[in-house]
Amino acid sequence: MTKAHLRFELNGEPTELLCEPRQSLLEVLRDELGLTGTKEGCNNGNCGACNVLFNGALVNACCVLAVEADGGSVTTVEGIAEGERLHPLQRAFLEEAALQCGICTPGFIVAAKALLDSEPDADEARVRHWLAGNLCRCTGYDKIVRAVLAAEAEMR
Amino acid sequence: MQAFEYSAPRTLDEAVRFLRRNGAGEPRVLAGGTDLIVQLREGRRQAALVVDIKHIPELMELRHDDRTTTIGAAVPCARIYGDAEMRRRFPALIESASLIGGIQIQSRASLGGNLCNASPAADSIPALIALCAVCGLSGPDGERSIPVERFCTGPGQNALRPGELLVRLVLPAPKAHSGAAFERFIPRNEMDIAVANAAAAVELSADGARFVSARVVVGACAPTPLLVHEAGEALTGQPVGEEAIMRAVEAVRAAVRPITDMRGSAAQRRHLAGVLARRVVERAVERARAAR
Repeated sequence: MTKAHLRFELNGEPTELLCEPRQSLLEVLRDELGLTGTKEGCNNGNCGACNVLFNGALVNACCVLAVEADGGSVTTVEGIAEGERLHPLQRAFLEEAALQCGICTPGFIVAAKALLDSEPDADEARVRHWLAGNLCRCTGYDKIVRAVLAAEAEMR
Repeated sequence: MQAFEYSAPRTLDEAVRFLRRNGAGEPRVLAGGTDLIVQLREGRRQAALVVDIKHIPELMELRHDDRTTTIGAAVPCARIYGDAEMRRRFPALIESASLIGGIQIQSRASLGGNLCNASPAADSIPALIALCAVCGLSGPDGERSIPVERFCTGPGQNALRPGELLVRLVLPAPKAHSGAAFERFIPRNEMDIAVANAAAAVELSADGARFVSARVVVGACAPTPLLVHEAGEALTGQPVGEEAIMRAVEAVRAAVRPITDMRGSAAQRRHLAGVLARRVVERAVERARAAR
């Protein structure tokens, strides 16, 4: 199968690679580029563990072909912190103990960032609605929602 | 995932040329990918070539004029509910686009894809049918139009001919004294497939007292989303009230052909179809009166 030449901006850096059309953005991020922060959960668009920002929009990376990213921009959980300084969401997840096993956490952080970037005044109901596409089987969600609201308050 | 080639044509002509290409396997159209990529991965559909239509201007346009609204087949749900004029003209469609999957799905999934995937339980199709949307198709023999209610031909089956592509959905601008609504029943709050759903569009007399015309559609209650003509006829010309609405509900319950599966029994679906039909007609009436 012919490989496709892919050029896109990844966490602010120009990135180039060859990939097969059948490779999802998730597979390319993890297996070709070594960015394993983005997790594979269900691999069918249900769980949100692979959430990334693609051209500014929140997407499931398992439901995007990597070739679609050509010419576009992708932000993964690795691009959320500023250097060594954690994003307020990342700090809030630690401080509120908003994780147990941690598999869903990168997806939640990316999803929550997309929300707070576009709606800095989102209330609890909105946060819960926005995060309905992210599944967590450990926490019962309460601490996650609390962490997002705490980060929001700090960012305000 | 199975191997395939990928192309991202920039024009409609180029896309149609790719789609009519014969070979070892069928070409498949990629819009938001939320159905197709999962189906290819799970081997539920095959493709030798995936044609990404999101770089074709006609597929991505969202345009309103005095008489119509044109929605490119690949326009994602998020752009639809983010558009102020869409919200003003078609709240029923906004209700659909806002509950298909979560935010992650809505940023990619398109109404055109929902329609082509032709699930009996698709959430955007009943509203499109109620609103008299027409499919604009393009193929090797040129362009043609068919009403959305004739597009789905069975579960996962549609009226597209080989090499043909759904380009756009065209909706007439809402008339004065008209309103529409959509509702879905699921056993949870979010993120589920409809046990049943329904949409209605009504046009009332200027005083809001009489149905001038009505369309009632139910989903997940037959092999395809079902426009219940008899329900519309039960309302047309009648005073707005319990009597006419209950006759429409009975017509819906008589017309559905539901199955029993993991999401619900046939009897439950028949019951729900009536309940939802009643609710969407009543809400469409409220909206029509408010729109006076």
